[in-house]
Amino acid sequence: MMPQALLEHGFLLAGALFALGLIGVMVRRNILFILLSIEIMLNASGLAFVAAGARWGQPDGQVMFIFILAMAAAEVSVGLALVIRLYHVFKSLDADCASRMKG
Amino acid sequence: MPELLWLIPALPLLGFIVLVAAGSRLSRRTVAIVGTGSVGIAAALSIFLGTGFLAYPPLSHHYSQTLWTWIDLGDFRPSISFYLDPLSLVMVFVVTVVGFLIHLYSTEFMSEEEGYSRFFAYMNLFVGSMLILVLADNLLLLYLGWEGVGLCSYLLIGFWYKDTANGKAAMKAFIVTRIGDTAMAVGLFLIFVNLRTLNIQEVMQKALQSWPESSALAVAAAALLLGGALGKSAQLPLQTWLPDAMAGPTPVSALIHAATMVTAGVYLIARTNVLFTLAPVVQEAVAIIGALTLLLAGFSALTQHDIKRVLAYSTISQIGYMFLALGVGAWSAAIFHFMTHAFFKALLFLGAGSVILALEDEHNMFKMGGLRTELPVTFRTFLIGAASLSALPLVTAGFYSKDLIIWSSWSSDKGGPLLWAAGFAGALLTSLYTFRMVFLTFFGEKKGVVNKRPGIRMKIPLVILAALSIVGGFVELPRTLGNFPAFSGFLNTVLPPVETAHGDLSLEAIMQIGASLLSILGIYAAYILFLKRRRYTEELGIVPISQAIHRFWFSGWGFDWLYDRLFVRPFFWAARINRDDFIDLIYAGVAWYNRFLHRALSLTQSGRIRWYAAGITLGAIITIGIAVIL
Repeated sequence: MMPQALLEHGFLLAGALFALGLIGVMVRRNILFILLSIEIMLNASGLAFVAAGARWGQPDGQVMFIFILAMAAAEVSVGLALVIRLYHVFKSLDADCASRMKG
Repeated sequence: MPELLWLIPALPLLGFIVLVAAGSRLSRRTVAIVGTGSVGIAAALSIFLGTGFLAYPPLSHHYSQTLWTWIDLGDFRPSISFYLDPLSLVMVFVVTVVGFLIHLYSTEFMSEEEGYSRFFAYMNLFVGSMLILVLADNLLLLYLGWEGVGLCSYLLIGFWYKDTANGKAAMKAFIVTRIGDTAMAVGLFLIFVNLRTLNIQEVMQKALQSWPESSALAVAAAALLLGGALGKSAQLPLQTWLPDAMAGPTPVSALIHAATMVTAGVYLIARTNVLFTLAPVVQEAVAIIGALTLLLAGFSALTQHDIKRVLAYSTISQIGYMFLALGVGAWSAAIFHFMTHAFFKALLFLGAGSVILALEDEHNMFKMGGLRTELPVTFRTFLIGAASLSALPLVTAGFYSKDLIIWSSWSSDKGGPLLWAAGFAGALLTSLYTFRMVFLTFFGEKKGVVNKRPGIRMKIPLVILAALSIVGGFVELPRTLGNFPAFSGFLNTVLPPVETAHGDLSLEAIMQIGASLLSILGIYAAYILFLKRRRYTEELGIVPISQAIHRFWFSGWGFDWLYDRLFVRPFFWAARINRDDFIDLIYAGVAWYNRFLHRALSLTQSGRIRWYAAGITLGAIITIGIAVIL
């Protein structure tokens, strides 16, 4: 069991990390950094789950974190494949290059 | 034998169908035979049926034949059925016989023209529609014929459609008569809604039972029908279309715009005379309109240069006489004048047509002259027609019919000195403008070269019509001259006799002598002014005031000018203002708004992933914000 204050700290940290990741996604143009920022956001939400699970002594939070890890691994593998294709086509890692693919 | 009645309108319609379907592939000879023959057989049939009707009058004084039910909607069940009584018999006789003669004339008159089969197809359709109009036993079928003749009038005025002016004249005729037709249609609605029937005889009976005299409904119904009659018969204030309708070929003017169609209004009023008797105000209006029209048109006829326009104004004026007769309750006198007018006016138009043809399309009477010796048959028959139109006493048909009208306008209880004076003065005007035309065209020095003399097919109709213009009057002799009222006696079962208020025999004789002298005086004045002493008119033409009056009358009392200012220009102005269609702006606005939304939304699809992320973030924040606040 974990005291209430620690939970709040954990949530604050998770929120701050999530916000940082979000800002990263929005302001960085390099697609690698965007992927990194998404990872940060994912981990931030994972941290929130772990903290909550610890607060109420339930395993669910950690189960969710395992899920998130698995999902993040899949996302990164697809994402990196896309980055390689992107670099191959545009000779650049700038995400805005891909805006020409207007549908 | 009366079972053959349906054939009379069916034959010309059949001719129309044949000519429309195969006209361009038939030779001119075949076209002429089909076109003239169909009307000729109809004329023979109508004479045949007419003699049968006279010899063995049906007990109920009419014969009707129902072919089939046209429309079946609850209690609205008009049928295609024909109704032959003395009134429609007279109309059918005039329409088919005069129609046949004019068709015969046209086979030669139009022989050089393009669209020979088109011409005869329209003419046959016209005769068929006119016969439906006069034979209809219900007002809806009558309206079908009414619109049919209007359509043919439009098509034939614009027959030479390559000239834009002719098309405009046709449109004018169509649109002006449409005003009257709309009034008439509203009148039919009114009658049906209130009396639950459109059958003419039933309408008359029910109107007598359920509408008291001068009741609002009777007045409205009569006034609306009068509106239709005014448009069709070119009476004030809808008379402006008829002079322009002369743009059509001359046989068309003779058949449609003199003998038959323009008198449909007279027929309508005579046919529905009960309604007009129930609405004395409207009947008085009929008399006043007739009196005014006959004078105005008479003065206008006096100033025209174009021989056909003289005849057009003369037609308006003579129909004014008929309206005057209807207005004073002399129903049979109106129909009598209709008949004699059909004979002599058709004759005059056909005569004018052969003059125009002889002088290579010359319409101006001042460029004619001296044709007396060049075109002897035309001259003699034209002279008979002119004498009949001027009501030359004793020998002409026009005398007997016009005299009856003038006398009725005095003696009838609805007549009066003013109406009588208008008719009386009109008699002088008529003979003046008629013989002005005769002297300018046929007398004096020769001015044109005659290129084409009428052949036998043009002469026969002229001679027959000339004969009819004389003997046509002997069917009704006034009390002072033999007292032989056969015509009005024949129509007695349909049209009630005049209710005489002051019928003094010696006064009638005095008035007849007065009118006769007036007619002769008019001829003499025309002789002095337009033949013997031309300088009188020439000197008069220099005076500014008489020039102004001349211009005013020449333009038909400025009605065209007035209507142009009052209706045509405001309409064009409104049309120009509304060129972009005000109402449409609302719908255009809806379309513009949707397009704007579409553009705005498609802007958001920029392909920039970071903007998408920002959008998602913003949306999430707003959603969470709302959830938190609420």
